[in-house]
Amino acid sequence: MTSTSDRSSTRAERAVATAYRADWGRLLSLLVTRTRRLDLAEDALAEAFARAAERWATDGVPHNPGGWLYTTAYRLLIGRLRAEAIRGRLPTMLAVGPGWAPPPNGDVEALGDERLDVILLCCHPALSAEARSPLALRLVVGTSTEEIARLFLVSTPTMAARLTRAKKKIVAAGIPLASPVDDELRDRLDEVCRTIYLAFTAGYTPGRGPDLLRADLAGEAVELAVVLHRLVPQAPQVRALLALLLLQHARRDARVSGGALVTLADQDRSRWRHDELRAGDQLVSALPAASGYAEELRLQGLIAVEHARAPTASDTDWSAIARHYARLERLTNSPVVRLNRAVAVAEATGPEAGLALLDGLDDRAPSAHRLPSVRADLARRAGRLDLARASYHEALARCTTEVERAHLEGRLASLGDH
Amino acid sequence: MKYFVLLANFGEMPDWEQLTPEEQEAGMAKHAEFDEACAQRPGVTMLGGEALGDGSMATTLRTRDGDMTVTDGPFAEAAEQIGGYYVIDAPDLDTVVDLCRILPAYDIDIRPVLDEG
Repeated sequence: MTSTSDRSSTRAERAVATAYRADWGRLLSLLVTRTRRLDLAEDALAEAFARAAERWATDGVPHNPGGWLYTTAYRLLIGRLRAEAIRGRLPTMLAVGPGWAPPPNGDVEALGDERLDVILLCCHPALSAEARSPLALRLVVGTSTEEIARLFLVSTPTMAARLTRAKKKIVAAGIPLASPVDDELRDRLDEVCRTIYLAFTAGYTPGRGPDLLRADLAGEAVELAVVLHRLVPQAPQVRALLALLLLQHARRDARVSGGALVTLADQDRSRWRHDELRAGDQLVSALPAASGYAEELRLQGLIAVEHARAPTASDTDWSAIARHYARLERLTNSPVVRLNRAVAVAEATGPEAGLALLDGLDDRAPSAHRLPSVRADLARRAGRLDLARASYHEALARCTTEVERAHLEGRLASLGDH
Repeated sequence: MKYFVLLANFGEMPDWEQLTPEEQEAGMAKHAEFDEACAQRPGVTMLGGEALGDGSMATTLRTRDGDMTVTDGPFAEAAEQIGGYYVIDAPDLDTVVDLCRILPAYDIDIRPVLDEG
């Protein structure tokens, strides 16, 4: 049996959760751009949400939840600024700028959307790279410090300290909320996209036990990309980033099975989110060729599209993927891209062609064992068993993860004794 | 707010002594241009700045257990190349960074000057 008060409390909880998802970033951005006080604004808004959880359960959910939250946070913030002024600190902070009082009808939409300024602030080059994406997730999406810590595989106190340090630096060093234009905006948006992509890939970096992958938290980075895309829909790097994230994130349910990682070729494709794949496909396919980081993201998106379109792994158009990788390699001159291109070329043309592309890569190979491991697989398929054996031994000597070592040893054993 | 702009290292610039008189003059001109740009920029005031003698001229004082010792400096290896400093009042960090583009290509450290109290 459910009492009336239980029902209204559940309804209030749902309304608070919905408002948190929908309004946190926008309300915080309004408070921050108007007061320039990151520290106080975040606390005041968190307090407003806590009060909403109590008040809405007893008084009912207000007609305009966003307006209620903004007004409450605004009053708390004013109170704290006055308290500071009385203590003799920052008296000028009481010079309240025009237009930041809550609108009388509670229509916060009318106050505009300042989230882009806050995203750019979080990704300012004067902040440490490791603090940028945590800060953007916290301030713009409202991801909790505990969740951000889990995403980046660090302890909550470590992440809390990192966030505090960054917020202090913003205030102490006078990092401004500025709206750059033209070339500077493009460069800053590139940095924002790199930052979001870093947060996304953190969710797919293997951890331990139940935290093997943290796809739910990678979803927070996708949410950040969605917001950014809404704010600057025409920016090519932002469109390409969102497409790439949608395409990669759509495979989340198929990436883990029985507590182990499942490679792309072995994934159950019926578990891919096909609506999200279509959305990513449409977004990236409509993009014209660009330059710089936008083009890098677009080409990676096109590669992901080829995988998304293949009904089974064997239907994959490896020639198209190899072409995209060739362009990506010309653009980035990256040994990682060259390695991936060699794999695609081996699939499209044959293992010998793939092996040829590995020549000259040894001195600039990125991670320790991936190059000999790929070379070993391609040599095995090309029937060059001596090269395969030597390469498996080399890979084993450099590989430290148990799962991959087991895989390499299995392959080596399958070649038989020499 | 006030910023301390430390010309911390010559970076890609050769040492001052190795420059030709013409190059030294061009370098001085950049400092003059920086000074002028600060004067022109709304909200920016140049509060001071000096060129410093290099590390070979430094003297280091250390006090341990109440005893002060005087030794040949500089205090840290990294400090060897400090060339000078400016103190300027500016609205925000981006303004300072933008103005510093005018200076010769030193490695520069920008620190906020903390408010007293």
